Amino acid sequence: MPLIKIRDLHFYRGDRAIFDGVNIDIQRGKVTAIMGPSGTGKTTLLRLIGGQLHPDKGTIEVDGKNVHKMSHRELYELRKRMGMLFQSGALLTDLTVFENVAFPLREHTELPETMIRDLVLMKLQAVGLRCARDLMPSELSGGMARRVALARAVTLDPMMIMYDEPFTGQDPISMGTLVNLIHRMNEAMGLTSIVVSHDVAEATEIADYVYLLSAGKVIDKGSPVELKRSSSQWVQQFMQGLPDGPVPFHFPGVDFKEDLLTPEVQA
Amino acid sequence: MLQKKSTEITVGMFVAAGIAALFMLAMKVSNLSDFNNDPGYKVIAEFENIGGLKVRSPVTMAGVRIGRVADISLDPESYNARVTLDLYASFDTIPTDSSASIYTAGLLGEQYIGMEAGAEEEFLQEGDVVELTQPALVLEQVIGQFLFSKAEGDE
Amino acid sequence: MIGIIRSLGRWGLGVFERLGRGHLFLVQMLAGIPGLFLRFSLVIQQLFSVGVLSVLIIAVSGLFVGMVLSLQGYYVLVDFGAEESLGVMVSLSLVRELGPVVSALLFAGRAGSALTAEIGLMKSTEQLSGMEMMAVDPMRRIIAPRFLAGLISMPLLAAMFSAVGIIGAFLVGHGLLGVDDGAFWSQMQVKTDWYDDILNGVIKSIVFGFVVTWIALYEGYDSVPTSEGVGRATTRTVVHSAFAILGLDFVLTALMFGEN
Repeated sequence: MPLIKIRDLHFYRGDRAIFDGVNIDIQRGKVTAIMGPSGTGKTTLLRLIGGQLHPDKGTIEVDGKNVHKMSHRELYELRKRMGMLFQSGALLTDLTVFENVAFPLREHTELPETMIRDLVLMKLQAVGLRCARDLMPSELSGGMARRVALARAVTLDPMMIMYDEPFTGQDPISMGTLVNLIHRMNEAMGLTSIVVSHDVAEATEIADYVYLLSAGKVIDKGSPVELKRSSSQWVQQFMQGLPDGPVPFHFPGVDFKEDLLTPEVQA
Repeated sequence: MLQKKSTEITVGMFVAAGIAALFMLAMKVSNLSDFNNDPGYKVIAEFENIGGLKVRSPVTMAGVRIGRVADISLDPESYNARVTLDLYASFDTIPTDSSASIYTAGLLGEQYIGMEAGAEEEFLQEGDVVELTQPALVLEQVIGQFLFSKAEGDE
Repeated sequence: MIGIIRSLGRWGLGVFERLGRGHLFLVQMLAGIPGLFLRFSLVIQQLFSVGVLSVLIIAVSGLFVGMVLSLQGYYVLVDFGAEESLGVMVSLSLVRELGPVVSALLFAGRAGSALTAEIGLMKSTEQLSGMEMMAVDPMRRIIAPRFLAGLISMPLLAAMFSAVGIIGAFLVGHGLLGVDDGAFWSQMQVKTDWYDDILNGVIKSIVFGFVVTWIALYEGYDSVPTSEGVGRATTRTVVHSAFAILGLDFVLTALMFGEN
């Protein structure tokens, strides 16, 4: 039985359909990548799973329970077992690295100070930033901020982590570090991971299963190997990053030649 | 930790300063100090006309403040103004035959009640009535009388 | 023509929608307050950034407002030979009007705009959203302590403003203009009433503190999460607060002092 079951999901922003009947299963203990071009609502999907947004139609079940039928209290209990890594890291800017990682512990537990210290140092050691604990978030590079956010996301030992574009805007070294970390975290802690990304190479490297989304629909799904062998032209274009194909290079409109020949009438 | 402590200290000082400011407004600026520590006693005086006298106007004797006006009402029978004076408890040796007059502080100033001591051996107590009163001078009446007598004198 | 009516309608709907969301926000914010008494250190931290950091501007402005009032009032009063009433004039105008109103306007500019910018920035950097996903309700953890701190700070700051203003007026009146100090204070004490004047002034400042902090926090929380959006929200806080303060001041004054 999958950890997360999404059935017939519809979500609209204004008149525009972000999701138009999406079905997704996230298997326990696996890394599932959700990929698609920019603007296909990948981040929106994570917010829907986390209960921050409500679907217009359809259901999202996490661990057998409908997220959007829960009371406020139940939802908050569930969120303690969900980690989320935001694109920006979303570190609290007025707290040090140490206090950021300690934040969930201080908010949700009554642990003594020495134990909080031990736990925080363990998590920081895991992401390799134990000695950066007294820095402020503004002093960190983007990759370091994401690693701190990762340490913070796992402080309460959640059952799953959602990664929102973890590789975007990273240099190759920190990209490699993050890929490695996500992989290790998943194995060592038996986590279920959802990675939302459009970095094909990195995402397919760690994913056990991939969903491809476009225009509000699941275009294709399968293991990375299966997708690479897909016969669909669209999938091939996306996976290989070709500039032209079923997704046209040109913004749709009138023909170029015709456009040149019709002088625009000035009002 | 150290930073937290100094934050707490400055916040404490801030709250203390705010309360001190309120305290200053209460004690130094307003008349709160008047009727808090001094229960006082009330006597009644009837006047033909009180002019511009108001509740909380001062009551003085020989220029010293001995109380304030607590209430003003109209006596339904005599049509006189019934003024209740709240006198401080420390001035408890005011003779019963003292008189009360309404004066004006300066030409345009506020009106107040001035009391003059009588000769009786008994003193005013809660609920007593001050019999001898003199009404306020109303400027129009005074001018009217002056013009009238002047006109009569000329004839 | 239809177009004008339509855009007017859209504007009206927008205003009502914002008002509705603002009140919903208020209810959620108030619901977060009882829990704060268990974690009062959060409020103390905010009292520092909302209250303590506003003291300087409030005190300096109060001093100068009092001094100017004294200087200007003296030249009017001296014509009537009533310069002893300087103390009364200054104390009544400060305690009833200028203290609560000017300190609230300064508070909106100093603390209100800072609150909006802070909350807006937290929103645009996904800190609020991140907190929600860590199962920490930002309404309780971030918004409610700031609201309570604003509510507590405002009357204290207004009292400081009035007190410092009266001292400033005394310094100018007695030291520079030579008004008798006994007359200055005694006239003031006779005519300034604790309930009618000072407590009503305090009530005003509590109302202003409530409204300004509410506007500031709501504007931050509702801002468009970009740097431009936060900048606009900050401006809106100051403008809306000023309108609210002056409008409410008229209403409150009419209710409190209307009878005499």
